[in-house]
Amino acid sequence: MKITVSDTEHVAKLARLDLSEQEKKRYTQSLNDILGYMEVLNRVDTTGVEPTAHVLKLQNVFREDTIRPGLDKKLALDNAPEQENGCFKVPRIV
Amino acid sequence: MSVEYEVVIGLEVHTELKTKTKIFCSCPTEFGSEENTHVCPVCLGLPGVLPVLNKRVLEFAVRTGLALDCQIAGFSKFDRKNYFYPDLPKAYQISQYDLPICYHGCLEIEIGGAAKKIGITRIHMEEDAGKLVHDGATINTSAYSLGDYNRAGVPLLEIVSEPDLRSPEEARIYLEKLKAILEYIDVSDVKMEEGSLRCDANISLRPQGAKTLGTKAEIKNMNSFKALQKALEYEIERQRKILEKGGRIIQETRTWDDAQGVTASMRSKEEAHDYRYFPDPDLVPLVVDPQWVKEIKDSLPELPDTKRKRLTSEMALPDYDARIITGSKALADFFDRVVAGYNEPKTVSNWMMGELLRLLNAKGIEIDKCKVTPENFAALLQIQADGTISGTMAKTVFEEMFSTGQDPALIIREKGLVQISDEGILAGVIDKVIAANPQSVADYKAGKEKTLGSLVGQVMKETKGQANPRIVNKLLKEKLPLFPA
Ligand SMILES: [Zn+2]
Repeated sequence: MKITVSDTEHVAKLARLDLSEQEKKRYTQSLNDILGYMEVLNRVDTTGVEPTAHVLKLQNVFREDTIRPGLDKKLALDNAPEQENGCFKVPRIV
Repeated sequence: MSVEYEVVIGLEVHTELKTKTKIFCSCPTEFGSEENTHVCPVCLGLPGVLPVLNKRVLEFAVRTGLALDCQIAGFSKFDRKNYFYPDLPKAYQISQYDLPICYHGCLEIEIGGAAKKIGITRIHMEEDAGKLVHDGATINTSAYSLGDYNRAGVPLLEIVSEPDLRSPEEARIYLEKLKAILEYIDVSDVKMEEGSLRCDANISLRPQGAKTLGTKAEIKNMNSFKALQKALEYEIERQRKILEKGGRIIQETRTWDDAQGVTASMRSKEEAHDYRYFPDPDLVPLVVDPQWVKEIKDSLPELPDTKRKRLTSEMALPDYDARIITGSKALADFFDRVVAGYNEPKTVSNWMMGELLRLLNAKGIEIDKCKVTPENFAALLQIQADGTISGTMAKTVFEEMFSTGQDPALIIREKGLVQISDEGILAGVIDKVIAANPQSVADYKAGKEKTLGSLVGQVMKETKGQANPRIVNKLLKEKLPLFPA
């Protein structure tokens, strides 16, 4: 699979990244390098190997359903760039 | 000649689980609190935090899967669904992508008297988003929005059906049945008006007999059973008109406008569905112990279908009554508790179907807000059966109980509503009535037997409804022989 500049533009848009023309070229190259390495990995015979879902050998980590105090409302809103009526104020969406 | 189209519908139902805390943090899930008072670094998506799964969420998911005949995945995991929208503090939603906790289930509905199995593709766990209030009338005219994150991180199950539904009516019946099951197994409040049960629909049309599916539209924002049915009916007509003109359906998301009665395109951007899912590295995989699944299965309560069959076979209730009573868990529980106090299921059912539902509908309230306790309801039926009060009186007492929640014995005492069965007292009243209504008496004697009813009515009136109608009937017949002895 070959990544083109337009693929990079698409991914950048999804990630809300504003890339310069030079960056687009550089990232297209980087993405191709990464995918190229994946192709190397793809040559390894993985018959009978379970797909990795997590890098740690851990499973079933749970919490009990017990309420614990969270953040005080004022504290929660303190870092918001803007707030109004006890809510986080966000710019126009569409 | 016009083409006959087949309608194909699949539903995606989201239900909020009634756990005490959120899915990945210990904030309360309580609905209707002051904005941003149930938040913490985890559900606000602050850097450096670690989500930990609420075990109860997994239990509820398994319980739901078992109630819907699903396979429970031995191995399951969480994934990140990435998109930017300010109701999502992390810019991704923790959900399940390729390894959902439950899959391959089914739910049986009844349509036109015949049973039909609707496949359940999958059930997965995910977190709810926060709530945005827009400053303008609509999102499109708003300069800014306000975010409340109390709901962010509330546990959700998404229950996805196969495209097995063939009409808006089937879709509504499926949703009603699903709601009842979720209520019976006690995993959700399933209140559509509070958003704890939400439904999206995928709908397409194809020429009758076609094997491949037509292009579908996804319909959102249907906030009631009625809205679901109306929105789908509208959408069928919209798509049919396009297809009949030789046009093509555009695959898109449309929102139902209940006031206008139309669906409208949400102008979805082309990459809107490019969610770039990947396994969430903050959460470890789940390996569900089959023994635990068995324990959950053994603890499942009686489901609506089983209960309905029991009410018709063991308690001899008509199917219609049994269906209404088992249609909601609250109603079914109420029925059980009344029967526990007064073991005449048929009488209890008649009263519930008649008086109780009539008053609930008239006042527009749900059974859980009803002031009559099942114990008082049973007591009233017992008092009536003892002959202390007549059926008419019992209805008056019931209305009083319904509005005040008082004990029936107390109401009867306060209103002096004791039935007069004393033949001596009644005979005196009857003599008065006979003397005052010569015409009716003559008509009756002449063979108009129905006139007796009006005479009984007069006696009831004289006694302010307290006369025992059975005895009044008997005495009147004795005093007015049709054929002179
Ligand atoms: Zn929290």
